[in-house]
Amino acid sequence: MGLLDSIGLTRLKDGLAKTRTTFIGKLNRLFFATAKIDDDFLVHLEEILIGADVGVDTATLVLLRVKARAKEQRYENPAELSSLVRESIADVLLGNEKKNGDDPFVLHTVTKPYVIMVVGVNGVGKTTTIGKLAFNYKSAGKNVLIGAADTFRAAANEQLEIWAKRAGVTIIQQVQGSDPAAVAFDTVKAAQSRNADVVIIDTAGRLHTKVNLMEELKKMKRVMHKCIAEAPHEVLLVLDASTGQNAIQQAKQFDAAVGLTGLVVTKLDGTAKGGIILAISQALKIPVRFIGVGEQIGDLQPFNTETFIDALFDKEPD
Amino acid sequence: MFDSLTQKLESVLKRLRGQGRISEANIAETLREVRKVLLDADVNYKVVKQFIESVQQKSLGHEVVSRVAPGQLIVKIIYDELVALMGTAKADITLSQIPPSVIMIAGLQGSGKTTFAGKLANMLKSKGRSPLLVAADVYRPAAIDQLMLLGAQIDVPVFMSRTDSAIDIAKNSIDHARKNARDTVIIDTAGRLHVDEEMMREVEAIKSSVQPHEILFVVDAMTGQDAVNTAKAFHDRLNFDGVVLTKLDGDTRGGAALSIRSVVEKPIKFVGTGEKLDALEPFYPDRMASRILGMGDIVTLVEKAQQSFDQEKAQQLEQKIRKSQFTLEDFYSQLQEVKKMGPLSQVLSMIPGASRLGNVNDIDDKELKYVEAIILSMTVEERQHPGIINGSRRKRIAMGSGTSVQEVNKLLKQFFEMQKMMKNFTKGKNAGRMMAQRFH
Repeated sequence: MGLLDSIGLTRLKDGLAKTRTTFIGKLNRLFFATAKIDDDFLVHLEEILIGADVGVDTATLVLLRVKARAKEQRYENPAELSSLVRESIADVLLGNEKKNGDDPFVLHTVTKPYVIMVVGVNGVGKTTTIGKLAFNYKSAGKNVLIGAADTFRAAANEQLEIWAKRAGVTIIQQVQGSDPAAVAFDTVKAAQSRNADVVIIDTAGRLHTKVNLMEELKKMKRVMHKCIAEAPHEVLLVLDASTGQNAIQQAKQFDAAVGLTGLVVTKLDGTAKGGIILAISQALKIPVRFIGVGEQIGDLQPFNTETFIDALFDKEPD
Repeated sequence: MFDSLTQKLESVLKRLRGQGRISEANIAETLREVRKVLLDADVNYKVVKQFIESVQQKSLGHEVVSRVAPGQLIVKIIYDELVALMGTAKADITLSQIPPSVIMIAGLQGSGKTTFAGKLANMLKSKGRSPLLVAADVYRPAAIDQLMLLGAQIDVPVFMSRTDSAIDIAKNSIDHARKNARDTVIIDTAGRLHVDEEMMREVEAIKSSVQPHEILFVVDAMTGQDAVNTAKAFHDRLNFDGVVLTKLDGDTRGGAALSIRSVVEKPIKFVGTGEKLDALEPFYPDRMASRILGMGDIVTLVEKAQQSFDQEKAQQLEQKIRKSQFTLEDFYSQLQEVKKMGPLSQVLSMIPGASRLGNVNDIDDKELKYVEAIILSMTVEERQHPGIINGSRRKRIAMGSGTSVQEVNKLLKQFFEMQKMMKNFTKGKNAGRMMAQRFH
């Protein structure tokens, strides 16, 4: 199993407590108020799902599954109705079960270094995520090198430096305004000569609609590919859990530009419901690798579909 | 900005435009589609519900009174409702009579507070005020450094401390401003989750210790359904005066703007439209509503043009046009003026109906760059007298600019046409006809 087993699920549950109380509270009120599936029930369920950022299309899909299941299986009490809805939602997430089942901390390559490129729009928490990732790999005894390729934003280097210090890993950087591709290249080269296990490349936040900036990302990827044929081994898109339907566009555009291998959903410790995970699972089949549930360095969890749904639907937090 | 929403609403309303009158059946279908459009745009579902009900009631009421052009009628009703939802007038920020005026900025992590603080300082400075930026985010790594770098870029001092608490920094900054004759204090606070009790208490404490004249809540335009909860929670604690909507230069439909406005009933005062420090605009609810309905945002475009175009240069140009001396050099400097207005896609999105031409976000500034490259590959003489550009010169220019002879030909042809048109225009010959051709 993964490196994060020691941390266990407590933090995940804590972090998701808010999500759970509101989401589950609403569901339970719904189940106990009605004992049958009628139009009223479906309208309410739709509102709950849409209110969680699941999106109209995915919500409609869940409703269809609920209706289909209700026809197949006769249910007798609200508890059964609850599990019926729960399973219908799980269906949507489990669409990419195989990929989600992978342990993100098992390195699938014999080649060293394992290169991870982290991308996303502005302000989603890329740098923080990298700090946490580096900490986790470092704690697992890996030799980690971070490439500070956000050469655009003011003080991005300084921020990453502080995270690197906290994680106890080395950082490769150049002055603000230098070519990010050059930083990426230098970092991978340095990792090769130092025999590092993991390389994590930070990139500047960019809106997925900016053609030039997306081209810049492609160039960074090409440059790394020149050093190591399979690099980058992972391209992670970081998404803010409070983002609405635009997250789907973000995922699509970044995927088209640099080929995403996974998603990281951050800020799940707020009241944002994380329903966007369902929508993205449905639309793109890109697996969610990690979720961020707090500001501390340990607050990064591997995403697990079953656990996520369990935590989301757990009525009695322990 | 709201292009995708505009597109979708347009296709829905097109159906209505063809219809004779509003009936309960056809409005039901339309409203269902409008509902989906708004939900897909991240407008909060409760707000959508109210909106749909209100439009339905008004539309059906109207049917009895007026039977003319129901398509236009419903467009007007939806437009009016959207404007009403977003507030009816643009709002300015409150500044105190007795300096220093204190502006406090709050919001979630990553919403763009620090960048906005820099932009606001830059804007106030250009209006002749002397702002002081205050780095009261003592938590996020390097947040202070970020603000200091921004301050240095726009030449605005930054008040900071690496040891004091955020509350003390805020308090001390007011004295500092007084002593150093800074008339506007902009306090950048740390990003915080609205459910983080301790952090919310801190921001309340900052507020009560500095008594800001203006509190602005910064929110990411891409926020989903949760926007209403966040805005409400911050509003309950801070009773903020206005909202700043950031990252509107992406392709988000920005439905959060509608929701927040209707839930907290505070105006959206600014929108952030880019990473550069001058990418800050006031928010105009009425124009935004026009934009949603595909009527374009021509007023903003005109204002931008007025700001960007150098008056003197414009007069020189006019003189040249009068004397029919319009050269490729003038054309090039004109291009530069247009570029000052922002990326081409942004300029285009403000033109009415531009959304029907396809996704304006796809238009990048590359084509402009080719035109620039071609002109820059010419000699001064060629630019002033394009008539001398013969075949071999064309070949050289194409090679120099990395384009093809065809592209050079195309540009020259367009330029000569433009020159001819201007000649006619200034002579008053066929001026009316030329105008008609241009604008139809």
